[in-house]
Order: sequence, then structure tokens, then C-alpha cells
Amino acid sequence: MPVLNLNRRNLLGRALALGAATTLTGCDFDDPSHPDVVDRVLNAMSHWNDEVQAALFNPHTLAPTFPASAITRPARFNAFYDIDKAPQVDLATWRLGLTGRIGNKQPWRIAQLRALPQESQITRLICVEGWRVVGQWSGVRLGDFLRRINADTKARYVSFQCADGYFESIDMESALHPQTILALDFLGAPLTAPFGAPLRLRIPTKLGYKNAKSIVALGVTNQFASGYWEKQGYNWFGGS
Amino acid sequence: MVHRRPIHPLALRVMHWLNAIAIVTLIGSGWEIYDASPFLPFTFPQWATIGQWLGGAIAWHLAAIWLLMLNGALYLGWGLATGHFRRKLLPLTPRAVLRDAIAAARFHLPHRPGVYNAVQRLLYLGVIGLGVLAVLSGLAVWKPVQLWPLSDLFGGFFVSRVIHFIAMAGIALFLVVHLLLVALVPRVLPAMITGGRLPTPESEAAE
Repeated sequence: MPVLNLNRRNLLGRALALGAATTLTGCDFDDPSHPDVVDRVLNAMSHWNDEVQAALFNPHTLAPTFPASAITRPARFNAFYDIDKAPQVDLATWRLGLTGRIGNKQPWRIAQLRALPQESQITRLICVEGWRVVGQWSGVRLGDFLRRINADTKARYVSFQCADGYFESIDMESALHPQTILALDFLGAPLTAPFGAPLRLRIPTKLGYKNAKSIVALGVTNQFASGYWEKQGYNWFGGS
Repeated sequence: MVHRRPIHPLALRVMHWLNAIAIVTLIGSGWEIYDASPFLPFTFPQWATIGQWLGGAIAWHLAAIWLLMLNGALYLGWGLATGHFRRKLLPLTPRAVLRDAIAAARFHLPHRPGVYNAVQRLLYLGVIGLGVLAVLSGLAVWKPVQLWPLSDLFGGFFVSRVIHFIAMAGIALFLVVHLLLVALVPRVLPAMITGGRLPTPESEAAE
């Protein structure tokens, strides 16, 4: 993800170049907590693009899979912090907390998740920045897991809270996609801290930033929950 | 004499300027998006980009694309329905292009209001084609999974990015030539705003 750039620059010249006849004092989400008129227009268009992507989403369309030879090595670390700042999670005390519209909210230990049927995939992760990597992930199908915990799969969103303060949410249709997994392993070994240990979302039908790492809580909700980057201006659906 | 026809009909002028806004926004924000993960050994200077950071640039890009697509569809529909393309951009032969290009290089090519020479026709048809290519390759970059047939057609995600970039470069090159010609023949600019008036046969004879 890019380093967050919140510097306010004079946009007058650019605004004139655009022929925008509005009074632009600053725009482009440079201050997300104080959206101006341009931010509101861009947000409205982004919501419209969410709708278009939801309509375009076909639950039966699979993301391409790749042979093992296509796996990107070494794996590429990416987060909103440096690699040595990746959260160290103690597996002995780690639990996957469950919240919202879920029948059985008993927290899950990692061994319990490993005991479930595992799904392996070699898929491509496309970053919103434009680069892509191929990796192998395996873990529990999110759709299977949601049904197992008696979640309301008619709810609109599945949300994720992460050990590093990151948070994400996805639409239920994408959550139930067969390639959407709660990954435990990366490249045949348990996830390491920089790559989202002990549990991460792997969703090859969406852009990289939707793939929440080091998950500590999962929620099922009808309340729009946005996401870490989305709050700063990234498109929420983030479909691929 | 009462109602002389404008050089550029109102519909065309409106679409031209909406298109200009969309294209400038798309290129400026596209440069910022490219800069996030450049595949050539250069990046675009920050002052020339729109959006300040990747999130802002993508928001601009995916907002302006709707203006470009709606306006572009209207333009294509209008151009076909009114016969504008047939009358103004055709016929086009290699011989005519060569003739007019040589004449233009010698500054012997006169500007006739309301009539496009062969080089102009080639450039206008070419940039329409590049616009279509930019939209299609952009869709392939946007949705390589959901629109996988389109992505495959372009040769996959990365090649789609490269083709999208090439289409942009072609459009940018067109813009340079387009603006250069306006600078050389500045009297064509007011006509694109007010419409101008086509010369009558009498006034042409008097010239």
C-alpha cells in the first residue's frame, strides 16, 4: 500500500485545468474527516461503482489459478508499516472472536480451524497499486465456516478486525465465493507474521487491500463497516 | 443569409468540451495511478497528476470514466445518426493523406472552415479508435477476473496495463498535435466555443 500522503496542496491550477467551475479549496480526500464538495462527488461516484461491481460480480466466475512454477519468489511483503512492525500474535492466547449475526459465537482456536477441511489455491493477488504476485494459500473456505457457525448468510457484510488495527469488510456474495478462504498456510507452511499470521482473508476476486491479515475478530452484519483504506478514499467493493 | 449554419453544431461543441474535461482528468489521474507501480523507467511529475495520492487518483479516474463513456457513446451515436462521420471524416484514402501531409509540411495546406483535410480525418478517426481501445483495455485492467474474456483478449492483466498505457500515449500525442494546430490557426478556437458561421458561397467567392 502507498505511504499515506495527506499533504494539502494548492489545487487551483489543477482545478482550472479541469475546467471545474466549483470552488475547490482542497480535494481528493486530503482530509477524510472533513469532506468537501469534491470529496462528496467522488464518494458518490465510488458508491455507484460499488453497485456496478456488485452487479458485475458473478458468484460462479473463478479467479485464474496458476501452476506452482508461477509462484512469486521471494514473496512480497506489503502493509501500511515496515516488515519489522508486523504484529506478533501469541497462538496460545489467540482466538478468533465472532460478533454480529452469528448463531454460535464461541471463539475459535487455531487448532480447531486446522481441524476443518482445508482448501488450497495458487492464485494471483493484484494490488491496487498495479503490481501482482502469485502465491499459494490454504485454509478454510469462508462460506463453509460461516455456515458452520450458523451465521446469517443473508446479511449484507462480513467484517474483519486485525491485530495491527487494520479492519476490512466485504459483501456477503463475495464472502460465499468458493475461492474466498480464511487462510492458515502460505506456501505450504503456517502463515508468518508479515504475511498475516495466524489467520488472514484470501479473496482472489478482490484487490489486495481487501485481503485482511492477522485477523482477530470476524463479524456478520447489515451495518456498513467500511475499511482501513476505504475510510481514506479507496473504493469499498475493490473487485477484481 | 438569415440563418448561416454554424461550423460546429451545438451538440458537437458540448460533447467536445465534456470530452476535453474527461480526457484531461483521466490522463492526469491515470499518471498518478501509473506512478504507484511504474513499469517503465520513469514516473510522471507530481504537479502533472490529478488526485494527490493513489486513492484520490483512482476516485477521479473511475468518476471521469463515466463522463467519457456516456459522452463518447452519445458522440458515436450522434455521429452515425446525423451522418457527421460520413460527411466530415470520410472518404479517407492513403493518397489523400500523403498529399495533404506534404502540403501541410510545406505550410501550403489551407484551412477551410467546416472541412477536414485528410490528415485531420486520419487523426480524428485514429483518436476515436484509441479512445475505444483505452476504454476496453481499461475495463480489462479494472476487472481481470469478472471480465476475463476481455482480459484474455488483451493478453492478461499486465499486457492490458501496457496497452492501456499505449492508448493513453497515443491520445496524449494527438492532444499535442491538436493544440499545436490550434496555436498555429487560432481562429479555429472561438468556433469551437460559439459555433462560428460557415462561409456562404458569396463570401467564399469574395475571399
